[in-house]
Amino acid sequence: MTLPVRLPWRPGRGAFTVALVVALAVVLVFLTLPLVAIFVEAGPGELFSSLDDPGALEALSLSFQATGVSLLLIVAFGTPAAWLLATRTFRGRAVVITLVELPLVVPPAVAGVGLLAALGPEGILGASLAGAGIELVFQTAGVILALTFVASPFYVRQALSAFGALDPALIEASRTLGASEARTFFRIALPNALGGLVAGGALAGGRALGEFGATLVFAGSLSGVTQTAPLAIYERFSDDFTGALALSAVLVVISAAILLGVKLAPAYRVLGDARA
Amino acid sequence: MKLSARCAISAAAASLLVLAGCGGDDGASAGGKPRLTVSVATSLTNAFEEYGQGFEPATARFSFAGSDELAAQIRQGVKPDLYAAANTKLPDLLFDEGLVEKPVRFAGNRLVIAVAAGRDDIKGISDLGTEGRKLATGAESVPVGEYTLEVLSRLPPGESKAILANVRSEEPDVGGVVGKLTQGAADAGFLYITDVTAAGDDVRAIELPADLQPSVEYGVAVVKGAKEPQAAKEFIDGLLSGKGADALRNAGFEPPPG
Repeated sequence: MTLPVRLPWRPGRGAFTVALVVALAVVLVFLTLPLVAIFVEAGPGELFSSLDDPGALEALSLSFQATGVSLLLIVAFGTPAAWLLATRTFRGRAVVITLVELPLVVPPAVAGVGLLAALGPEGILGASLAGAGIELVFQTAGVILALTFVASPFYVRQALSAFGALDPALIEASRTLGASEARTFFRIALPNALGGLVAGGALAGGRALGEFGATLVFAGSLSGVTQTAPLAIYERFSDDFTGALALSAVLVVISAAILLGVKLAPAYRVLGDARA
Repeated sequence: MKLSARCAISAAAASLLVLAGCGGDDGASAGGKPRLTVSVATSLTNAFEEYGQGFEPATARFSFAGSDELAAQIRQGVKPDLYAAANTKLPDLLFDEGLVEKPVRFAGNRLVIAVAAGRDDIKGISDLGTEGRKLATGAESVPVGEYTLEVLSRLPPGESKAILANVRSEEPDVGGVVGKLTQGAADAGFLYITDVTAAGDDVRAIELPADLQPSVEYGVAVVKGAKEPQAAKEFIDGLLSGKGADALRNAGFEPPPG
């Protein structure tokens, strides 16, 4: 995340520089070509007309709503949890952090199977949930849980490092002036870590918006209820490739906008300066 | 610094070699046998895996997915040697588009009502429209979903509407429907009899009345530009009579109708 030294460009660095440039070129082409192809494969006119499809708009709107609710949950629970992990040392802290980060590397389909085994009708908590009248499978609530599961670690990790990067002197000063921890958290820590928290929220939101496997396995796929934009893309892939491209294009634009917004957000500068 | 640069370059070279190795599919596997790539409808999984293990002329590799997804891949330029679908419509369409050779019918199947374990109150199609029933079906684009809609269209409008209103998930292939039933997430759905047999005790089948039963036929075709056209042809021959046909019967498939 930090770049210790920026090497000045000097001609004649030779083979190594050439190797670096080649590597960067490979990375750049490999990562951008598929995204560019989405816009090249179908013209803008075709893309716009395929979006004029109630099913596509419904899927997009469901994706935004589910992502929004899941972000609220992630921030509400993730922020205090990250603060605790950033400010306390205790036995097993490393284990707790690893467990929280685990969904980052767990395949999404596995997440779906796990959610089903935990919260499905035959799952560990299935009977209790049914007793309480709570239904998750085949419901939008199930989609929200699937998104929350896969996206949370992106936020918690970022929040943890944002809190960890705060100047200890700042926290100490607040405490010596007699502020309670809660007051320090809300008045000092949150505003100063805001850039990092927003960045974490954006990453988590981007991940949630793109979620596919866990949603399909746990919540199913039904237009208007559980069929998010990625599921709608998969359905269109077989019989309406242009429609699939159009929805994909929307997701690419939104993801790019999220990333750009985070990079340009003024709040990000506060922390950005400390980290650049 | 010098050393690490050399390391980096050799690492980069090594990874390029690995990439090249992956891409360099010369069609021959380690034993010198040709390698046959087959795109197969999910419902054929067990039968084809059994047949593939005993297939002498080539090492068969299968890509299982919904027939519609596999057809879309072929339209996008993916070139397996063979395409086996859970209907005849998709291979026929690809044939008309000049993407595959003339399709052959090689098996038949029956659509049934698949019921999750413990849902003993479901005794027939009329029990599927009851309020609160949770159904998982194939999406309209995959053959099993299309057959399902065909069945429902033969019911009185009120009854089919009630059943459609209970559909909670439209799955991309039969595997998705089976999973939702074995996990008890859905009460019932429509599957092929062979899927229900393969799922064991978790799912039971209720036969459809003869006047509702759609004609479920499987079509297979050699893909134009196949790397192993000869092995592909032999594979099809075995499906019609031989080890492939045996594997299909073992899994509960019927001979092609007519």
